[in-house]
Amino acid sequence: MNRVLVYIEHDDGVIAETSMQALTFGGGLGEVEVVSVGETALGGWQIQHPLLTDYAPEAIAESLAQLVGAEMPGVVLAGGTERGNEVMAHVAALLDLPLAANVTEVRPSGDAWDLTRIRWGGSLLEEATLTAIVKLATVAPHVIEAANFPFRAATVFTPELADELARTMVFERVTLSEGITLTTAPVVVSGGRGVGSPEGFAVLEELAGMLGGAVGCSRVVTNNGWRPHSDQVGQTGTRVAPNLYIACGISGAIQHWVGMMASKNVLAINNDAEAPMVTKADYAVIGDLHPILDAIVAEVRRRRAG
Amino acid sequence: MRLLVCVKRVPAPGARINLTEDAQAIDARHLSFTVSPHEECAVEEAIRLKEIHGGSVTVMTLGPAEAEEQLRYAVSVGADQAALLVTNGSDWDPQATAAALAARIAEAEAADGVFDLILVGNESADSGGYQVGVRVAHTLGRPIVGGIKGLAIEDGFVSARRETGSAVEVYRLPLPAMVAVKEGINLPRYPTLPGRLKAKKAEVASAPASANPGGLVMNRLLTPAEQKTTTTILGRGPEAAPAVVDLFEELGLL
Ligand SMILES: Cc1cc2nc3c(=O)[nH]c(=O)nc-3n(C[C@H](O)[C@H](O)[C@H](O)COP(=O)(O)OP(=O)(O)OC[C@H]3O[C@@H](n4cnc5c(N)ncnc54)[C@H](O)[C@@H]3O)c2cc1C
Repeated sequence: MNRVLVYIEHDDGVIAETSMQALTFGGGLGEVEVVSVGETALGGWQIQHPLLTDYAPEAIAESLAQLVGAEMPGVVLAGGTERGNEVMAHVAALLDLPLAANVTEVRPSGDAWDLTRIRWGGSLLEEATLTAIVKLATVAPHVIEAANFPFRAATVFTPELADELARTMVFERVTLSEGITLTTAPVVVSGGRGVGSPEGFAVLEELAGMLGGAVGCSRVVTNNGWRPHSDQVGQTGTRVAPNLYIACGISGAIQHWVGMMASKNVLAINNDAEAPMVTKADYAVIGDLHPILDAIVAEVRRRRAG
Repeated sequence: MRLLVCVKRVPAPGARINLTEDAQAIDARHLSFTVSPHEECAVEEAIRLKEIHGGSVTVMTLGPAEAEEQLRYAVSVGADQAALLVTNGSDWDPQATAAALAARIAEAEAADGVFDLILVGNESADSGGYQVGVRVAHTLGRPIVGGIKGLAIEDGFVSARRETGSAVEVYRLPLPAMVAVKEGINLPRYPTLPGRLKAKKAEVASAPASANPGGLVMNRLLTPAEQKTTTTILGRGPEAAPAVVDLFEELGLL
């Protein structure tokens, strides 16, 4: 049976959902062995070294490469996250092996894999062939539902790490206060070019405040300097999946759409009934967004008072 | 300070992506081309570092002859030199791309000195392989970190900021180093008229590139199945407000 090493990310033992998905994905390809830096409740390979006191992509990849050299698995997987993709790119470079990032499906074909992976942040798919003695891949987030994974006996693996590898370890960590953020908000009130100005966002802020939500925006808005980039939703911004996404004056370019397509409900407010955001949304109101938003805010206030 | 930025020419599709008949590429006949927003910001960041520390900014790309357009854009906003590794326009795999770039960078460094900092975009907008920068760094023996949204150079180190959901991580890499940056690190400037004129006349150092294919071969592209939604029109203009607020109530938001 094919041995599949899965590098999992965890925060003090709490395993990332994307890593659980990668474990489940790996189960379809062979016998899964968990690999983590430090201890988790899943056991498996536990990389331990005095240098590894925080996230350190080069040092973690060097450890994984040594483990791969010692165990010669057929496959190494990680979640397709910022860290997962980064660590696996280092592993691939160290072992001079190909890497397929953000894979959605694997179809083994003899010694090779035919696979599907995402491009354009999810707006496009690619079918490719991966040929390698050890196959390296990251699993695109949310292509598989995470199943429970049983505990296996833990084995400590102690890599040999040159002191120099500490050069890319986190040097300082600043914890941010947890308020309502774009990624956790149940409602995102998002504005595009149609909002017209930075001041135009006041009514979006007000509505978001009333609904316990957060304000988002399109790239045109950040490019114009109307809002900070931390508000941008899309391929090169933040990905959101709220209960309701309200798109005000946003046309619905694919690079924006991939950032909010996981929303449970989409409401478009746009003066163009043919805009892609309108035709793809669940609900729409057609017209100039400012009087519409003012009326919505007034109506919410009226019902709350009544 | 010698700075290098690697960029990639990609089409800029709008509301949907159409493919060529052989499904090997995006049908770009009616599209403009750009670089990823990440790389636009990488160019801007390099120019800002040059403005603070002095020195020069080189931009480099591997792509078709037309990628000259993206290099000239970088010159128009302040890059000093441009290097193009010319391909026949086909899709190169990440290993081949990284090997060709690293070889060209090593050549440039042998001739004119080491680049103190090499900036790349966090991932290309189109293929999103998340690895070319890391492979180049390993070939050149440089440290690299990705996801960077803030940079400062001091005392032979680059300090680089990265955001996770709940924290800001600061890395401190000894120069020479590499960073993979993300949009949001800055707000890129627009070209000025003198900048545009300079870009028109700039010399682009072109050299043919030959691929040494790696183990990941793209066979074809396909567009994901579109979920069919029917849009419920709640109304036109402010009169639609009660229907919208009914929806809020239905969804349990009030
Ligand atoms: C590689 C790449 C990555 C990108 N990444 C992102 C990303 O992460 N996020 C992102 O958003 N974009 C991204 N883009 C840009 C994207 O392609 C679009 O340019 C952008 O999303 C358009 O923003 P917009 O909808 O606000 O503006 P527009 O496309 O100009 O749309 C404005 C909309 O507002 C409507 N409107 C105008 N006035 C009013 C009014 N008074 N009342 C009601 N409606 C009105 C119009 O009908 C129109 O539909 C990226 C592009 C590329 C090439």
